[in-house]
Amino acid sequence: MKRLPDERGYFGAYGGRFVPETLMAPLQELEEAFREAMRDKAFKRELDGLLRDYCGRPTPLSFAQRFSAHLGGARVYLKREDLCHTGAHKINNALGQCLLARRMGKVRVIAETGAGQHGVAVATAAALLGLSCRIYMGTEDERRQALNVYRMRLLGAEVVGVDAGSKTLKDAINEALRDWVTNVHTTHYVMGSVLGPHPYPMMVREFQAVIGAEAWLQMRKVYGGLPRLVVACVGGGSNAAGIFTAFLPYQKVKLVGVEAGGRGPLLGHHAARFAGGSPGVLHGTFTYLLQDASGNTAPTHSISAGLDYPAVGPEHAFWKDSRRVEYVHVSDEEAKAAFHLLAELEGIVPALETAHALAYVTKVARSFSPAEAILVNLSGRGDKDVAEVARLEGVRL
Amino acid sequence: MSTRIDAAFRRAAKEKRAALIAYITAGDPTPARTLELLRALERGGVDVVELGVPYSDPIADGPINCAAAERALAAGTTLAGVLQTIRELRFTSQLPVVLFSYANPVLAYGLSRFALDAATVGVDGVLLPDVPAEEATPFHQQLRRVGVELVPMLAPTSTRVRVKQAKKLAESFVYFVSHTGVTGPQAQLPTELEAQVRLVRKLTGRRVAVGFGVSKAEQVARVAQFADGVVVGSALVARIAQWGDDPELVGDLQRFVQQLRAATRRG
Ligand SMILES: Cc1ncc(COP(=O)(O)O)c(C=O)c1O
Repeated sequence: MKRLPDERGYFGAYGGRFVPETLMAPLQELEEAFREAMRDKAFKRELDGLLRDYCGRPTPLSFAQRFSAHLGGARVYLKREDLCHTGAHKINNALGQCLLARRMGKVRVIAETGAGQHGVAVATAAALLGLSCRIYMGTEDERRQALNVYRMRLLGAEVVGVDAGSKTLKDAINEALRDWVTNVHTTHYVMGSVLGPHPYPMMVREFQAVIGAEAWLQMRKVYGGLPRLVVACVGGGSNAAGIFTAFLPYQKVKLVGVEAGGRGPLLGHHAARFAGGSPGVLHGTFTYLLQDASGNTAPTHSISAGLDYPAVGPEHAFWKDSRRVEYVHVSDEEAKAAFHLLAELEGIVPALETAHALAYVTKVARSFSPAEAILVNLSGRGDKDVAEVARLEGVRL
Repeated sequence: MSTRIDAAFRRAAKEKRAALIAYITAGDPTPARTLELLRALERGGVDVVELGVPYSDPIADGPINCAAAERALAAGTTLAGVLQTIRELRFTSQLPVVLFSYANPVLAYGLSRFALDAATVGVDGVLLPDVPAEEATPFHQQLRRVGVELVPMLAPTSTRVRVKQAKKLAESFVYFVSHTGVTGPQAQLPTELEAQVRLVRKLTGRRVAVGFGVSKAEQVARVAQFADGVVVGSALVARIAQWGDDPELVGDLQRFVQQLRAATRRG
């Protein structure tokens, strides 16, 4: 495997495997199975085939002409993960892990979901590959993303609402981990982002790296060079890791991850882990997280369910400390404005998660020359958010 | 090695029974009541107490202990407060205390400060359910320096290599998780349990306590035939949940523990 993590699953000081003993041997097995699969040409061929013929890859790179002109500065390019089957980048990882699960002889997959996009992606991959599937989702997220709940059920998955704690993504992960501890012999846990114990942060990054690999080639072909800036929203950090990875070696390419600034800087009002958090352990990994003085996870808020999570992938923590990537945050309101702007200027309704990356671009595009390019990972489409945005704006559907 | 834990196991062995280890969540129903509950456990005949530090995201725990942690946190329980309770206990009691805490409360407290304060107030051992051997080194170093045991946890999925790794950490005992799952009552304990416990004892050369899932006196009686210690947790926590702040709780808990203690006899 290229780059980090080290053999203990650490990215510098971050990462590792903070899980109950019951999961240690299964995690070691998973890591071995993953490394073996990645060396196996037949596995790669099958995954690439599914990504092409089922998922619709490569996804296009679109020049956002009117959006760029409106902002008045750099040329903004959009990597169109919204055009993946199921409407977000999450399917890249879901297909990879479900193929791996089948290869390992597992008959059942489980997953957590926040926005519902990862849940839909796993339910889809499970249907395609004939695996039984259960998705855990916080009841607050079920309310915000009702459409996706029904979609998962249509796909044959069982959706289990989690009513504990904050009733969001973090609690869904707790419940999925408990299920996995109990059913580890038959079940693979499809973690949805570059989170959790080793090998997940590495494995999910590798399954998402296709985004950056394609975009790198497309930028050279369409624009004729590399962008000055690559921007992605950061929930757990999988779409960001997926696009950043190809550009990491190019120091001239600035990389920016955008977190959810929510309603403001008070603890509990946002999910900006790098602005308001500190290192600690959550869900099996040592990373930046939002916590109180006693080490209990702090409540979070974001308009976007997919960014509403108190920790961030350990490799991002490493990139933050090493300053290779800059992390910023934008507010709910700024994200909502960008959501509308892209819809009206480009005919693309982005996911609210993605709208955070776009909101940052609206702030900085002008500081670049019209010859320079900004690449944005358009991680998902906003169909799932239409009803919630309407509700927030007092529109009755 | 903790002399208090070691002595408790020796005494139980001499009396031809398994040591009874009782788990409760500190601060449940309120921090003010933990001390009297600890005393009730001691009067009931508990050999070692395992005191849970409540945490917001207890991934190794089932619904009963999760609810207890939520109550304790809502009542304002902190690790600092739990240590203070143990300090108070130590004025009048030599009951061995093993703290059960997830990694993050300990890290937030500060690892070296935690080790020092735990030793100072009279903590004998620490169980860290989300710190496997691979991550244990910094915890182990700090605790060992001050003579507090880091009790290794093993599970049915542990490979031979992992069991031998645990041997390096183990002092007076190792903790064996009875089944692949979270804490909480199990209708049936796995049939392989006895063979697994015997293997772990052979490979580590240490005493083995069995926990997770043991809730009834009959189960205690069965496990006592082959294990050196039996941990009962959720069954006690469920009683605490039932009684809440009712003063009757103390007597009820003590009587229940007496039944469990009677079930620890061998033969
Ligand atoms: C469209 C979209 N973008 C981004 C995210 C955030 O996840 P990550 O940071 O792992 O890409 C989600 C999560 O649900 C999502 O649905």
